[in-house]
Amino acid sequence: MSSNTKSAVVRRTALNSAHRQLGARMVDFNGWDMPVEYPSNATRKIGGLIAEHMAVRTSVGLFDVSHMGDIRLHGPQALQAVQYITFNDASQLAVGQAQYSAMLYPTGTFVDDVIVHCLGENDYLLVINAGTRQKDVDWVRNAAKDFECAVEDLSDSYTQIAIQGPNGWRTLQKLTDADLSKVKFYWFTHGTVCGLPNTLIARTGYTAEDGFEIYIPGDEATSTRVWNELLAAGEEFGILPCGLGARNTLRLEGSLSLYGHEISDTITPLEAHLERFLKMDKGEFIGRAALVSQKERGIQNILIGLESMERGIPRDGYKVTDPQGRGIGYVTSGSPAPFLKKNIALAYVPLEYASEGTVLGVEIRSQIVKCKVVPTPFYKRPRPARNTQ
Amino acid sequence: MAYPPEFKYTKEHEWLAVDGATGTIGITDYAQNSLGDIVFVELPKVGAQLVAGKTFGTVESVKAVSDLFAPASGTVTEVNDGLTTSPEKVNSDPHSAWMVKITLANPAEVDALLSAADYEKFIADEQ
Repeated sequence: MSSNTKSAVVRRTALNSAHRQLGARMVDFNGWDMPVEYPSNATRKIGGLIAEHMAVRTSVGLFDVSHMGDIRLHGPQALQAVQYITFNDASQLAVGQAQYSAMLYPTGTFVDDVIVHCLGENDYLLVINAGTRQKDVDWVRNAAKDFECAVEDLSDSYTQIAIQGPNGWRTLQKLTDADLSKVKFYWFTHGTVCGLPNTLIARTGYTAEDGFEIYIPGDEATSTRVWNELLAAGEEFGILPCGLGARNTLRLEGSLSLYGHEISDTITPLEAHLERFLKMDKGEFIGRAALVSQKERGIQNILIGLESMERGIPRDGYKVTDPQGRGIGYVTSGSPAPFLKKNIALAYVPLEYASEGTVLGVEIRSQIVKCKVVPTPFYKRPRPARNTQ
Repeated sequence: MAYPPEFKYTKEHEWLAVDGATGTIGITDYAQNSLGDIVFVELPKVGAQLVAGKTFGTVESVKAVSDLFAPASGTVTEVNDGLTTSPEKVNSDPHSAWMVKITLANPAEVDALLSAADYEKFIADEQ
């Protein structure tokens, strides 16, 4: 057994004490002291990464995702600004609707991926990643400077809690006056949650499952109260607090990209298999020209899904080989998949190796383990939640 | 979980139980607890030579890969193959779920290992 080293300066969310009280194992994640999992203990008989993952797939799990950042753009040209700095078409959004999108560099590679929420006419909320927060805020301020639009960094104002899983809506519905059945996937509403009026309630998440994310005041007392009320409301469904470990395996089963892994400042959306979110015809946006020319040239490498055919777990950074054992690519994210009960990975390989069923290798501790190319997402939730209209 | 006083321990979180010339090796409760749900154990074959302080296998949880370090040198006489199909036993009963048995090459090496009391002090400092 080798042990991990600890880093010195870390940021804490308002729920840090709540996590510690629950006996969470904490890790440094992009400079944040975050729960990686909540092992079982004397008071909570079920716990740990696999149990947390299964809770979300089969019932409900609760995540503190307050380390995510939030940027609001509002003003007469806010829509134009959002259109210019993101690759999806924000003009298609109705008030109360959200979309997956991303900000690109002029090279067509990723600054970050974002969820764009249309709060009102010319009023948008961009939810961004923790590890890229400052970079994103600086990027947006600079990119939006020629537009008549205010850019506000609200990252430290909110505690963001995700209630994920097929019983997520049943859990949250007990604590809010908003009719959650009226909120479709990737839409949001405002309502009173745990007595907090005008709370943003979005049917979004990062688990490939139905679920909600709520944005509440970022002080410790309010955050802890709501967190505990959610745990109590979900008790009848066997709710579990879930850490970043389960968050990662859940998003990997759903083939959702993670910045620094599937997407980065050296990868474009064409390579990352995100073309369905890329709206080339919407008008000018940062990175468009580079993508037009990459489309003409054609891409060399593409993101694929792999599944181990033999004993062995592909992990982030491992080398992908052709059947002869020659290095052709690398794993961006790899892990056992607790729900699928397989060992899966996302990887970049040259196009000629990307077709389904191709048998490739992954080098695991100097041995080549056979893996085959499989369709993504690895996991798709069986059907829309029953309370959706 | 209590650390059996009759075991010896390493700072890499393995335990060694000595019975005459036979040493039985596993990982500690602290180790399984920090790894989380264990899903994969890779062990040497019978006849393999272990060298004290060197890696002899791998244990993987969902989120982490960790090397196993030999507490003492010796020849592998038995491998707990049951862990291949039920690696979770390392989580539920770490001090019984042994990994390999060896014939100790140099029993004096055992003296250099930590006692249960010293190991408990060591992990208290690590936390």
